[in-house]
Amino acid sequence: MLEMVLITLIKVLVVVVAVLTGCAYSTYMERKVLGRLQNRIGPSYAGPFGLLQPLADGLKLIFKEDIVPSNVERITFALAPMIAFIPALLSFAVIPFSSDFELFGYHITGMLSDLNIGILFIFAVTSLGVYGIVLAGWSSGSKYSLLGGLRATAQMISYEVAYGLSIIGVILIANTLSMRELVAIQEGITNWIIWKQPFGFLLYITAAIAETNRAPFDLPEAESELVAGYHTEYSSMRFSMFFIGEYANMLAVASVGTTLFFGGWNGPFLPPVLWFVIKVVAFMFCYIWLRATFPRLRYDQLMNFGWKVLFPLALLNTMVTAAWVML
Amino acid sequence: MEHQISSAFWVLSFVILTSAILLVSLKNVFHCALFMVLCLFSVAGIFILLDAEFLAAAQVLIYVGAVSILMIFAIMLTNNLTNRVIKQTNENGLVSLFVCLSFAVGAIMLISKTHSWNYRANELGHDNSLILGKYLMTEFMLPFEVISVLLLAAMIGAIALARKERS
Amino acid sequence: MSEYLSILIFILIGTGIVLFTFLLSRLIRPHNPYHAKNLNYECAEEPVGNSWFQFNNRFYIFALIFVIFDVEVIFLFPWAVAFGQLGLFALVEMVIFILILFFGIFYAWKKGALKWV
Repeated sequence: MLEMVLITLIKVLVVVVAVLTGCAYSTYMERKVLGRLQNRIGPSYAGPFGLLQPLADGLKLIFKEDIVPSNVERITFALAPMIAFIPALLSFAVIPFSSDFELFGYHITGMLSDLNIGILFIFAVTSLGVYGIVLAGWSSGSKYSLLGGLRATAQMISYEVAYGLSIIGVILIANTLSMRELVAIQEGITNWIIWKQPFGFLLYITAAIAETNRAPFDLPEAESELVAGYHTEYSSMRFSMFFIGEYANMLAVASVGTTLFFGGWNGPFLPPVLWFVIKVVAFMFCYIWLRATFPRLRYDQLMNFGWKVLFPLALLNTMVTAAWVML
Repeated sequence: MEHQISSAFWVLSFVILTSAILLVSLKNVFHCALFMVLCLFSVAGIFILLDAEFLAAAQVLIYVGAVSILMIFAIMLTNNLTNRVIKQTNENGLVSLFVCLSFAVGAIMLISKTHSWNYRANELGHDNSLILGKYLMTEFMLPFEVISVLLLAAMIGAIALARKERS
Repeated sequence: MSEYLSILIFILIGTGIVLFTFLLSRLIRPHNPYHAKNLNYECAEEPVGNSWFQFNNRFYIFALIFVIFDVEVIFLFPWAVAFGQLGLFALVEMVIFILILFFGIFYAWKKGALKWV
């Protein structure tokens, strides 16, 4: 019992540290890639190729003064960044990072917890993500925050249905909710679910980008109209929690997409963990690429797209997949 | 393991009861809504202790992730309600005390009469979404289809109300 | 159950790390508040009026429609898991279920509830 708890503890620490490092270097990657796409160099001063930039940013944020406006709801204001960050982190609890391996005579599984309802767990945790935003928007006592929070919430709930429906197609093929089994049936590149669900994948990535409030669906933080949206009044470490939370959400979406559609850690020659990281990085690159390519939507366009295009298409995809599985 | 489960049960019950009491007694409606979220979330924890994983996920998705958001929207929609301290009691205190007490006495009597509690749903097995899916599609087919009619009615009602308000 | 234990540990450690960074930052950052700094942001003006204003009730309608379809999606999950063992009948049942709900979204669409002005 004690041994098991200890192994879990070490695994949790490794995963948390890996995710946080991943978030930090996602910001670096975003700035570097975005810079290159816009004919700039991106960060290049801190360390070789600017590699120490995330570290410098983190240190700067820790040293910044924490300004709490006088008419905020103090307790909710303090809770909001944490509630925004924890659900983002929680998705990683059920993602298989690697195959099982032996270490010092212990059999170690490549994931933290293999739930029977793995993918449903991720869906549920994603639906919790709105609370950090609602709390931040409401407690700040600022008009921009409230409006940004409302917009973000309405957007996230509108795309959550399509997000869930895009997953259903995969489950219809795999007939399981367990993430481990999902990876197991995708051994070998021809068995990847993307070949059977190309349309489902497009739906997934569109809904997921809207869920994580990223460009071109980044209306909640549309600088030109809402200052910074729901985190207008946040500064210092509290702000950085929202920031890290957003990147953790992106990484979670990338990891889930990798596991559902691209065979997870499956791949030849290289170690499984490396394959997983490569696929996630490729996913993140697409995120940044999309941001650099598309202009931001208008809010009515966004809501229309979610309910009148994406949602019926996702339903249709589910039905067609079911009929196809039947045959 | 049994020991840990029962202690987890007590912790969860404590959280549920405390947040439920705060939910009906706090003066700020928004805070009430937040405690409702905590209460519903802890109920999902109880479901997990009973091995009803699918139900736990559904609880989080529907009650915590959807219904509570609807409540919070309703509170934010109502002007001057969010940051105003409201009265949480009315003149019917005595009557409600009587009703609650008689209900509590009745419930306790019934509970004490019941023997052989089947408190762990072991027969549910480990793939309860699969079993649930099979049952929904065979034995409980009619209730399942009726649900969709119910949901449809709810939606049409909501839309009709909203249209009435606007005109 | 032990699977959920590791999730509990995960939550605790995640919260612990957040609290630790908050504490660390509290120890080393400057703290110098004054009236103007503690005002809400409103383009460098003194904030006007109450911040908790009333907003368009359209948000509420969308939340309601969302609740209804969220319930639908949760019913699709066990159906999709069991689908491999169920066959044609399950497909027909689900098509009926979805068509009834689809009628709802069609109604909302026609009545203009999905229109964002």
